[in-house]
Amino acid sequence: MKLALLFSGGKDSLYAGYLAKKYGHQISCLISILSENKESYMFHTPSIEKTKIQAQAMQIPIIIQKTKGKKELELKDLEEAIRLAVKKYKIEGVITGAIQSVYQSSRIQKICNKLKIECFNPLWQKDEIEHLNDLIKNKFNVIITGVFAYPLDKNWLGRKIDKKFIKNISELNKKYKINTAGERREYETFVLNSPLFKKGLKVKSFKDTKEGENSWRREIELK
Amino acid sequence: MILIISTCKEKLHELEFVKPIEQVLKTKKISFFTKHYSKLKKGDFANASKIIICGTSLQDNQFIKDINCFRWIPEINKPILGICAGMQIISLVYELERQVKELDIKNNLNHALKTQTEIGYYFEFFNRDFLSLEGEHEVYHLHNNYISIPKDFVSFTKSRIPQAIKHKQKEIYGVLFHPEVRNKKLIEELIHM
Repeated sequence: MKLALLFSGGKDSLYAGYLAKKYGHQISCLISILSENKESYMFHTPSIEKTKIQAQAMQIPIIIQKTKGKKELELKDLEEAIRLAVKKYKIEGVITGAIQSVYQSSRIQKICNKLKIECFNPLWQKDEIEHLNDLIKNKFNVIITGVFAYPLDKNWLGRKIDKKFIKNISELNKKYKINTAGERREYETFVLNSPLFKKGLKVKSFKDTKEGENSWRREIELK
Repeated sequence: MILIISTCKEKLHELEFVKPIEQVLKTKKISFFTKHYSKLKKGDFANASKIIICGTSLQDNQFIKDINCFRWIPEINKPILGICAGMQIISLVYELERQVKELDIKNNLNHALKTQTEIGYYFEFFNRDFLSLEGEHEVYHLHNNYISIPKDFVSFTKSRIPQAIKHKQKEIYGVLFHPEVRNKKLIEELIHM
C-alpha cells in the first residue's frame, strides 16, 4: 500500500515509518507540519525545518505544510497536506507515530476517515521502554533536541538514546513520573540515522537556548 | 490459554489492534496464542479457555464479507469477548443464525449494519456491572458502524446505540469501544473469570 508518513523528524514517527516498510508498505511521501506555535497541541516543532534534510537522506519526497498552529485550525492545514499527498502521490493511507495521545490520534483518524483512507498507528499503546529498546536494537541514532520538564535540564540536550539513557530516564520516571518516551512532551528528539536512511547525518554545530524555567531547546546544524 | 483472534485485513494494523491486547495478557502473565480469523482450525478452540475477538481499522470491513468464517461462535461454549469489530461480528452471527436462505443473509447483513461514527473519548453509563464497569466511565471509540442488539442479548449501557452487550445465557460479551486503551480492567476481568 502507498502511504504517507506524518513526520516530525523525531523517533516515534520515524520508527512508525520503519515498521510500515518492514510490513511491506511503501512510504510514498513524508508530511511535515511547520507550526508557528511552539506550544502546538498537535505538532512538535523542534528541528522540523531539518526534516527536509532527513527526507533527502531517505530519498523520499516531503510535503511541508505551514500552519499558524491555532487549535483546531491547524487540523485544516493537516487535512490540506494529506489531500495533496492523495492527489500527488496516490497514497491510500497515513502512518502516525502516536503512542498514547488520543488528542492527536483521534483528530488524524477523523481526517483519514473523512478522506476514506487508512490510518496506521503501529506504536499505539506500546510499552515505552520496549519502544526505546527497539530503537537501539534497530540501530536508530536518536538525540535529544529539547527538554521541557523538571528535572530534565540542559545537560540532557544532545544525549543519544542508548542503554544509559533508558536507565536514567527510567529513574526519573520512578521519582518524578517523567514519561520515559516523552509522551507528555517532557523531551523531544531528532533522528540522525535509521535503517530508512541511505546516508546518516551528523551534527556540525549547535546552539542551546533557554526558553523557560524548565525548558531548553537545541538548534542543530547538520552536515 | 486465551485465544486472541485478529480481524485485521492489513497485518500492520495488528500492532494497533491486537498487540495492545497481547500486552495486557503479558503484563498479567497469562498465556495466549494469536491467530487471524481466516487461519483458525478446530483444534484452536479446544486449546482455548477463553476467546477475544479484536477490532480493526475504520476503513476495514473485510470481516463483514467473511462473516461465515465466524459461524462457530454460537457453537463454542466458552467465554468470548468481542471488541468493536468483534462485537459487530458476534451480533451479525447471531442475527444470521435466524436466517436460512443465502438471499436472506445478504439482505439481513445490509439491514443489520448501521452507521454511527464515534472517534475518541466518550463517557458511557453502565447501568449494572459489566466486567467490572458500572456507572459512568470514559471509553475510547473508533468505529463507523454498529449492529442492533441481537435477539438473545441484553444491553448494559444507557446509550443511543449498543455499547456493551451480553448473551442472556452464555458468557459472550461485546463492547463497541476499545477497552485496551482506557479500560484494561475489563479485559483482566474476562481472563480471570
